[in-house]
Amino acid sequence: MDFSYKEEQQQFADALRRWAERDYTFERRRAIIHSDAGVSPEAWATLVELGMTALPVPEAQGGFAGNAVDMLVVMQELGRALVVEPYFATVLGARFLQLAGGQEELLARVAAGEVKLACALTEAGSRHDLAAIAAVATGTPDNMGVSGIKTVVLHGGQADAFIVSARHQDAIALYLVEADTAGVAIRDYRTIDGLRAATVSFDHAPATPLGAPGQGWDILEAATDYGAALLCAESIGVMDALFAATLEYLKTRQQFGAPIGKFQALQHRMADMFIHLEQARSMAMLAAVKVDSADPEERRRVVSAAKARVGQAGKFVGQQAVQLHGGMGVTDELPASHLFKRLTTLGLTLGDADHHIERFIAQPGFGETD
Amino acid sequence: MDLNYSAEDLAFRDSVRAFLAAQLPPELQDKVRRHLRLSKEDFVRWHKIVAAQGWAAPAWPVEYGGPGWNATQRHIWEDECARAGTPPILPFGVNMVAPVIMAFGNDEQKAYYLPRILNCDDWWCQGYSEPGAGSDLAALKTTAVRDGDHYIVNGQKTWTTLGQYADMIFCLVRTDPTVRKQEGISFLLIDMKTPGITVRPIVMLDEEHEVNEVFFDNVRVPVANLIGKENKGWTYAKYLLGHERTGIAAVGRSKRELAFLKALALRQQKGGQPLLRDPLFAAKVANLEIELMALEVTVLRTIAQEHQGPGPQASVLKVKGTEIQQMLTELMVEAVGPGALPFDPAYLEGETEHAAGGDDDAAPLAGYYFNYRKTSIYGGSNEIQKNIITQMILGL
Repeated sequence: MDFSYKEEQQQFADALRRWAERDYTFERRRAIIHSDAGVSPEAWATLVELGMTALPVPEAQGGFAGNAVDMLVVMQELGRALVVEPYFATVLGARFLQLAGGQEELLARVAAGEVKLACALTEAGSRHDLAAIAAVATGTPDNMGVSGIKTVVLHGGQADAFIVSARHQDAIALYLVEADTAGVAIRDYRTIDGLRAATVSFDHAPATPLGAPGQGWDILEAATDYGAALLCAESIGVMDALFAATLEYLKTRQQFGAPIGKFQALQHRMADMFIHLEQARSMAMLAAVKVDSADPEERRRVVSAAKARVGQAGKFVGQQAVQLHGGMGVTDELPASHLFKRLTTLGLTLGDADHHIERFIAQPGFGETD
Repeated sequence: MDLNYSAEDLAFRDSVRAFLAAQLPPELQDKVRRHLRLSKEDFVRWHKIVAAQGWAAPAWPVEYGGPGWNATQRHIWEDECARAGTPPILPFGVNMVAPVIMAFGNDEQKAYYLPRILNCDDWWCQGYSEPGAGSDLAALKTTAVRDGDHYIVNGQKTWTTLGQYADMIFCLVRTDPTVRKQEGISFLLIDMKTPGITVRPIVMLDEEHEVNEVFFDNVRVPVANLIGKENKGWTYAKYLLGHERTGIAAVGRSKRELAFLKALALRQQKGGQPLLRDPLFAAKVANLEIELMALEVTVLRTIAQEHQGPGPQASVLKVKGTEIQQMLTELMVEAVGPGALPFDPAYLEGETEHAAGGDDDAAPLAGYYFNYRKTSIYGGSNEIQKNIITQMILGL
């Protein structure tokens, strides 16, 4: 077995790290978050230039055909730097296109960084259940329209096109909808962690069916499992940064005449955080390796296990880190509090820990007794 | 990154499985799987079967009789033994005193003791802990005073696991009381039949006689039984403790016990359906299973770095491994509910004909649960492990 990164993977990581440390500082990020756009065209251009948008796209469409382990490396770095650009939404959208097939030209434009995508999957009241879909698609394959309201569409306000889940004759189906087309209304807003999301209303918006009839749910599940594995990786990056910041604080902050890291009550919290982080890292690695598995049961089992375990670790590490930072931990000026907020929203995206525990139990493997 | 076993690893696993299928006596397997108590004969019998195959000491160098396995092969061996339900190869000889003898013993000591350890000709026990020491190991008080060719040993050891069967004990003794507490300690091998040694049982909360107190009253030990140099014992003790393996996580055994727990929870009913289908109980089992999946990967990551030598990462494995073991026993008891109440020591010793009422599966579980509270205490309590993590890994 081999847990090391390949040379090219390490190069991707190093390039991202260098860029983030130089250009995507905490102050720069703060300015981006509070700008009207909420994202940075310069930062996006750099991500494109570094090959990040091409990484997960097949070679035939001008990409690098990177697998989930390649993406693990990238997402960890984006998490570490708390990058708020619409990268994840676009990559997830590209995954839908790949699994559905037939959108080669659009994929090529994603790889080239010309197009941003967003995935309109959740609705008011659907919580974590991606099958709870009220949006409907009507018409003929040549003249299809989607109607419905999708909520918390990550980077929906920055997207050129949406992947939309809807019901068509009672079956779950997926559609591609252009952002600037008739019948699409977008309300863009900031999320608590400084990213952007939107409520997107579709009123018989012209829609292109994705994938063959009857495949909608399988594609939706496989793509979001991929997305969940990526979010696990991003969470590890966030936790690494938060853990390092907290450790540094414990070594420098003086109270009662000693660095507070000398107090055993705080040391044991750090040890517990370390154990959580190592267990979560193991699961994020496992998810990255298994998410491309040909066996969907194995994929569901491992991804749900990982999302649940990483989510639990994120909550623990986040809450403890804030507590250990004391009063500073609950201020806006400290990076740690922003890392905590991002960890929290990562835990709530594409299924929280309880949702994935439930899904893990529902897999046939759970009842096996040997 | 590649988390699959290689073709060679898989072939090795098959050879281990074939060996276990052919050589593990069904009655031993049955006792282990049913959580019954193992006798001295059970341990020795299995050790000798494995020794005959040349596999009793997987981590030893080939020159001393090890099989020459790499870290992955050792892991597979432990995993498969646990899966099959073998009795353990007790660590006191093979994994604890033997590496110290190899590293610091003289040629005579190596030539005499190592083959005997390999073949289980001597039953070894450990003489580290003392009533006043515990996790603060260097606070030990047992003294050894030089008298010609002998040391005169006086004092008391405690928590001596299965010492009632032992032929030999390896002890840390104080040979110089005037220096810093870590500096006056020596490492002595003592024959348990020497006059002046008294072994007194300590009965644990599950009424099992598993540990002992060992008293030394003017016990004469030949100087030839000193390992290495006088007053350098602390170095050897630390070497021994640092020689921990990833096996401390006991992932294989926990996987077998998880399967047992699920089978149990499928047989138990709640509200007209199997307990394993109850959302509250299923969630606890699922959380445990996921933690175990994560631990297995964490162990494999540690093995992959083993060329860097054993490190403080073992503390993570100890804490998590024991937490999982304890949670498994806790859920087993929860699964059988009031069925855990009957206590039947005769059944635990293998007497099934006149077993107390109730489910045979359930009979040993409460004792197992109570017994396993030890795991977060022994081998350096989990709090001590967290101290090690904070100091050695985090630098606090």
